[in-house]
Order: sequence, then structure tokens, then C-alpha cells
Amino acid sequence: MNAEVNITSTRPQLPPGTVMSYHLQRQSAAGGDAESDLLEISMGPHHPSTHGVFRMDVVLDGERVVRLKPVFGYLHRNHEKLAEGMTYLSSMPFTDRLDYFCSMTNNWAYALAVERLAGLRPTERAEYIRVIVAELTRLLNHACLIGFLTHDMGTMGTPLMYAFREREKILDLFEELSGARMMCNYMRFGGVRVDLTPGWVAKAQKLVAEFPRFLDEFEKLLTTNEILLARSQGVGILPRTLAVNASVTGPMLRASGVNYDVRKVDRYGIYDRFDFRVPLGDHGDVYDRLMIRFLEMRESLKILHQALRDLPGGPVMDPKAKLRSFRPRPGEVYGRIEAPKGELGFYLIGDGSPNPYRYRVRPPSLVNLTVLEDMCLGHTVADVVIILGSVDIVLGEVDR
Amino acid sequence: METVEQIKVRLEAAVPGLEVEVIPNPNSAEQPSLRMGLTHILAAARFLRDDPSLRFDYASNVTGVDWLDQTFQERQRQRVLVDGAEREVEITVQRIRPGYLEAIYHLYSMELGHGPLVIRQRTANRTDQCRLVSLTPIWRGAEFQEREIYDLYGVVFEGHPDLRRILMWEGFQDFPMRKDYVEPDDYEYEPTPHDLVLEKARLHYGHGGRS
Repeated sequence: MNAEVNITSTRPQLPPGTVMSYHLQRQSAAGGDAESDLLEISMGPHHPSTHGVFRMDVVLDGERVVRLKPVFGYLHRNHEKLAEGMTYLSSMPFTDRLDYFCSMTNNWAYALAVERLAGLRPTERAEYIRVIVAELTRLLNHACLIGFLTHDMGTMGTPLMYAFREREKILDLFEELSGARMMCNYMRFGGVRVDLTPGWVAKAQKLVAEFPRFLDEFEKLLTTNEILLARSQGVGILPRTLAVNASVTGPMLRASGVNYDVRKVDRYGIYDRFDFRVPLGDHGDVYDRLMIRFLEMRESLKILHQALRDLPGGPVMDPKAKLRSFRPRPGEVYGRIEAPKGELGFYLIGDGSPNPYRYRVRPPSLVNLTVLEDMCLGHTVADVVIILGSVDIVLGEVDR
Repeated sequence: METVEQIKVRLEAAVPGLEVEVIPNPNSAEQPSLRMGLTHILAAARFLRDDPSLRFDYASNVTGVDWLDQTFQERQRQRVLVDGAEREVEITVQRIRPGYLEAIYHLYSMELGHGPLVIRQRTANRTDQCRLVSLTPIWRGAEFQEREIYDLYGVVFEGHPDLRRILMWEGFQDFPMRKDYVEPDDYEYEPTPHDLVLEKARLHYGHGGRS
């Protein structure tokens, strides 16, 4: 846990007398004027900035937010109830639809929980493949999140298209591996569904070798941009104690300076074999949450580099694992992984039958939304948009 | 981390009057859990969060489970009079374990890096006494997840700051995650109903699937 990197030293600051001074003026004008009428508006569910069918009941005093309640459930399909009515394996494709950006990590979290319930161990090669696809998923999720977030700030899609270009390269790899770009349904209990195709490793290595160039360009384009600094620094501050108490996880938690990464804490899979660091922020504002994603992508590239180098041969499925009449032993288990958005957990109660008695998804985006109101109070509507963007929600997962 | 049994002993010492028992996990590789009575659970949760060697400051997962009434048969030996002589015979007795709703909390420590500790609280029954104590005052992270349990299971959390439906809409009546939930009759007319639709049509019209 001691290997960490702090991003304060590299944090660029705005020169005095630029856009930021306007920003500070706006902040000081927040007090006073208690006579003004409160205005209640409903942002969403079709607001372009809400990243899906998500609504916020906002009470405004002028342009300042005085109350904000997130409202969701528009995509609710009771995924948990559906899973209770089918076998363990049949739920695997449905986990793809939770966080539809990161189907690989969803698969992994579910497979991990069921494997612990059934006492299976994935093979060595499968463990490496899982790490590789999970870190690729992290790359594409973080790149796209930065794209979305800057889009919310008004970059009109250019960085988003750059990110999508890279994402498409990764999705091509996934498609070659699993047959599907996004709904991969790739992992199985005790391993992965199919082995890597010939030449896949070389393609992935090429991607990993080229990705830093994209990252450099991306970072140069964005992180010292005056408007971005003015919009994101000091906005939506999430204090460290509140972040811990509100069970915030993932990059959002680490941007507030809490060194907690499930990859380091639980060392699930084979993460203890890789050398990588946990980036930490210490302001906990939107800018830190943005930068954390850049730094995490660099760490993911390190892991990918090592995993692709050390990838062993051998089978990709535990030979003891059964596909048909799979009945794990009774008991309950909570398995969790560090998904790109935070801690993704699956809680299962098995009763010895082919179906789970209880199947629960602990979605990181839902729990991270708990602090949305605390971060938005006192800010303007335009800031609410980027604060929500920095939380990184996917409604497929929030609503389940 | 201390074992669950050690934590139980320390809890009993720290919170007098707390009802706490260890619930074994049938899966031997995983941790057992602690069931707590409702009267002092808030104090116990505060102890778990603030004790310097435990420091469970992070409530990761909060979830509900529905346990239906269970009937099970028990074999008993009884002395009965048979033809004037007392004999011991074996009889089977049907017993009903009343159902309950349960809220389960998975606690970790971000500060010390250990966990999980699983704590649970149970309602008295599934019908009219579905009340539990909200632990949101201790862990803010439970706020939305307790709301979700209220929404899908119908457990009322006392002390929750904002207990409303969260995934289903306001005005929805039932609790869909309960095991005995009956799906609403949402059959729409179809000229050639088949398979599942035919089954729905049959239930909808009450006879052969035709209007």
C-alpha cells in the first residue's frame, strides 16, 4: 500500500488575472440576497448532460443550487429478481448490461463471486487473460469518461471523438476475442470462454505500445487548458471523511486522497504479481477526478505491459468446472473487484440448487451518487453538469 | 482482523444489553456473520466504526433478503400408551419456522484495510412488523441501499433521513423482490398467442386463452 503517487506537485495553476478571477468573483457573490425566490426545476431525464435517463430535482436560488435530489429507476428491470429465477451461468450475459461500457469487469466480478461460492480456481492463463481484458476495459472507460466530461464542459465532442477512436481499437480486440464489441459475455466460472486468437497478443501489445502517444496528446490538449482549469478546479469538492463515510469508491475516492484500491487491498486474481501504483489526489475536486483517470490509465498500461509479457500457456478453463448441472455448495459469499467506476461487488446466497437464492449487485455508480448533493450545493447549474460528469455513472448499473 | 467470535465478545462488553449471535456460514471457506438485536444496534454499529482496532468505517454493501415461512419435519421420540403398555415410538412433527426479512451489511475498514465483517438484522415477521433500524446515521453509504431495500422488500428503516421509493415509481404498491411477489397481469391482446404469451393469456382470461 505504500506505493502511491500524489498528483499535487504536477497540478498546473491558472495565472492570476485570467478566467479564474471571474470564477472567484462568482464564488464570493454566493452570499446574501436571501429574498430571491427559489426555483424548482427538473434536470433530466432527457437532459443531454445526464449520461442516460437520469433526473435531478434541483432547487435553485438564482443560479445556485440549494437542494438536489437524484431520481432514477427509469431503466429498472429488476436484474436481481431475474437472476434468482435462472441458473448461475444464465445470468452471465445479463451482467454485461449492468455497466455496458465495462462488460468484462462485470463478468469478472460475477465469476469471482461464484468461483468463491463453488470453490473453483481459474487457471493460470485465464487469470492473466482476465487481468488483460479488465485493464483494457479500464483504459477505454477512463478515456471515454474524460471525453464525456470535457464534452460537458463544452469541448463539443472533439476529445470525445479522440477517446472513441481509441475505444474502438480496444473494442476491436474484444470483438476478436468474444464475438461482441460491448456485450462480451466472455468469462466463465473457472476461466474464460475461449482462448486468445492467434496474433491477438501481438495486436494487444501494439495497442499498449501506441496508447501512451494518444494519452500524451490527450493530456497536452486538455490538462493545461485555461477554460478547463477554471471550470474544474475548486468545483465539487468531496472531503475525505465524507467520501469514506458515504462508501464512495474508485477514482472518485482516490481523488479525495484515500488510498483504497481493491486491487491492492484484496489482491484478487493475480494483482499481487504486478508492479503498479495507486494515484491519489488531495483536493477532491472535479479537476482531481479528471487527472486521476489520466494517471490510472498510465498505471493500467504498466499492468498490461507486464501481463502481456508474462502470459503463460495452458488451458483457459479449470477442467473441474462444469457448465451443465452446475450446483455450487450452499452458503453466502461477497466477491468484489475494482471496476473502472469503483468497487463492484456481487453478493450471492446459494442453497445448493442450480439457481442462486439471493443475487445482489453492489453497483459502484449508485453508491457514488449518494454524495452528489453534497458536492453540488452552492454551485451553479453549469457546475452540476460537470460534477455529475466527474462521478462517472452508467444508468444500466444504477437502475439494474 | 479479529475473528467474528472475538468481535462478538467485545461487542457484548462494550454495549451492555446488546443481543448478538454468530450465524454460521454454510460455505466453510467464507466468514460467518453477526446477527444483532434491534434495540442497541445503533450503539453497536457506532462501536464497530469508532473502535481503534476495528475501525469499520466503510459500509460497502447493504442488501436485503427475504426468507419465507419454512415448514420442516422433525422426528421426535415420544412415550405413548399402546395396548396398555407404555412404549417409545418415533413420530414426525411438522414445524413452521416463521419467515422474516433481513438486512445485511458488509463492513470494511478503509483505514486498516481489513474486512469484511457481515452484520445482519432481522424483522419480526414478513407482514406487519417489517421494521428495522437504519444505520445511515452511522454510515452515509447505506442511504441509497437502505432505500432500495425499502423499495424492493418493504422493510421500513427507522431513523432513515429520506425513506422513499428509489427504483420503482411513487405510488407503486407491491414489493417486487419478495419471494411471493406476483407479477401484474400485463397481458395485451395478441392474435396468435403462444408459449409464455399463451400462458399469460390463459391466466388473463381464465380459460383457453381466447377472449
